[in-house]
Amino acid sequence: MKYQNPKPKWSELETGTAILTPGSARATHTGEWRSSRPVWNDEHCVQCGVCVIFCPEGCIAFQADGYPKADLDYCKGCGICVQECPTTSIAMQDEEE
Amino acid sequence: MERRIGMEASIAMAEAVGLCDADVVSAYPITPQTHIVEHLSELVANGELDANFVPVESEHSAMSVCCGSSAAGARTYTATSSQGLALMHEILFIAPALRLPIVMAVANRSLSGPISIWNDHSDIMAERDIGWIQVFVENAQEAIDLTIWSFRIAEDKRVSLPTIVNFDGFILSHMIEPVLMPDREQVQDFLPPFEPLQRLDIDNPVSMGPVGIPDVYTEAKYVQHKLLTDAYGPIVETFGELEKHFGRKYRPVETYRADDADVLLLTMGALGETAMTAVDERRKRGQKVGLIKLRLFRPFPYKDLLNAIGDKPVLGVMDRAVSFGGPVGPVASEVKAALFSARKHPLVPEFIVGLGGRDTSIADFHSIFDDLFEAAERDTTPDPRFVGLRE
Repeated sequence: MKYQNPKPKWSELETGTAILTPGSARATHTGEWRSSRPVWNDEHCVQCGVCVIFCPEGCIAFQADGYPKADLDYCKGCGICVQECPTTSIAMQDEEE
Repeated sequence: MERRIGMEASIAMAEAVGLCDADVVSAYPITPQTHIVEHLSELVANGELDANFVPVESEHSAMSVCCGSSAAGARTYTATSSQGLALMHEILFIAPALRLPIVMAVANRSLSGPISIWNDHSDIMAERDIGWIQVFVENAQEAIDLTIWSFRIAEDKRVSLPTIVNFDGFILSHMIEPVLMPDREQVQDFLPPFEPLQRLDIDNPVSMGPVGIPDVYTEAKYVQHKLLTDAYGPIVETFGELEKHFGRKYRPVETYRADDADVLLLTMGALGETAMTAVDERRKRGQKVGLIKLRLFRPFPYKDLLNAIGDKPVLGVMDRAVSFGGPVGPVASEVKAALFSARKHPLVPEFIVGLGGRDTSIADFHSIFDDLFEAAERDTTPDPRFVGLRE
């Protein structure tokens, strides 16, 4: 899918900066803002899905092995999943580590 | 054919909007509203205007509805004043950014506190930088003509920007004056049907008003500045079209007995009419005073203004609002900024007049002219004067 130029010249902006191509948010990797990432301990995880539901970005999904993980292209590192996990299976890890 | 009738300026503006076949009118219907939307709601209720009248709970909502309906491709109108305009503030910036050609009347009135909704220009001077085209009118006829013109210029595809018709609250909005009301056919000849640049359309979806990340925002703001500045050409062109269709001439800057004047006074809005009477009285006494009337406030007509001022030694500027702790008169500040690029510039005495409904009489204008002659004689600029201030 072709998205609008992320760094357009002024003369290339659409009328009123409208977006003409659906799904353009997908091209903006908001995960670049993150300073720390959620890390799952699958030994404690009971696959309840609370993190999937609470993630404000909707970027946590069950993987093929049945355990949830975050899509790091879009995870902003807010830590809500860590806060909500009933089995304390998720921890935040600094991106610098 | 035109009808010659006596009509309140607000009602006349509403009639003009009706002749323009507005599709949507949204407004907060009570104080500080004018009779414009009251009469429009009657026209809609009586079936005389096939429009959707949306009464809302605040002016913030009114402007929000206007943005939505204009985005959907509807010819959209609203009116407000004073605190109502202030309450619209954050949405006012959205309309030009999204290229939505909404037309709005602002019956210029004061802002609280102390609580006041009488006439002055405090409301609109606080909205100077919203990015709308802005004109000022002096009488009911100009209010009719420039309301019709506003739809034409706003919807011009080279422009596609919202437009405000400023007309003084009470001293114009509530006055009954003789006017020539055009008929529907004349208006339709002048004003083509609204064809938006883009619209919300389920068959051709667009996202309007998305986030402007730092990589985009600067370019977006430059486009807005360029569009509004470049609107000057189409504005002058459509003033010409207006003259062809209705026989009345409008210019970005208009003058009255200014060519051979020794001193000039600049006004904006309805006080220009009183000023002309005062100028005539002075001329009878053999004193050469002249008037400059700023018709177009945004885009600011720099060249026209400098041409009108010429090499005159004194230019008094009347302001009807205060920029507290700053340049005192907001219009004077812009006029002086315009003059900065001129090789030679006049003395610019400033006068704050008619705040919060204080009447400005012909005698007040004479006291201003006295000051201008005195400034010319002494070759010094007096401090800004609050005309009629009790000391």
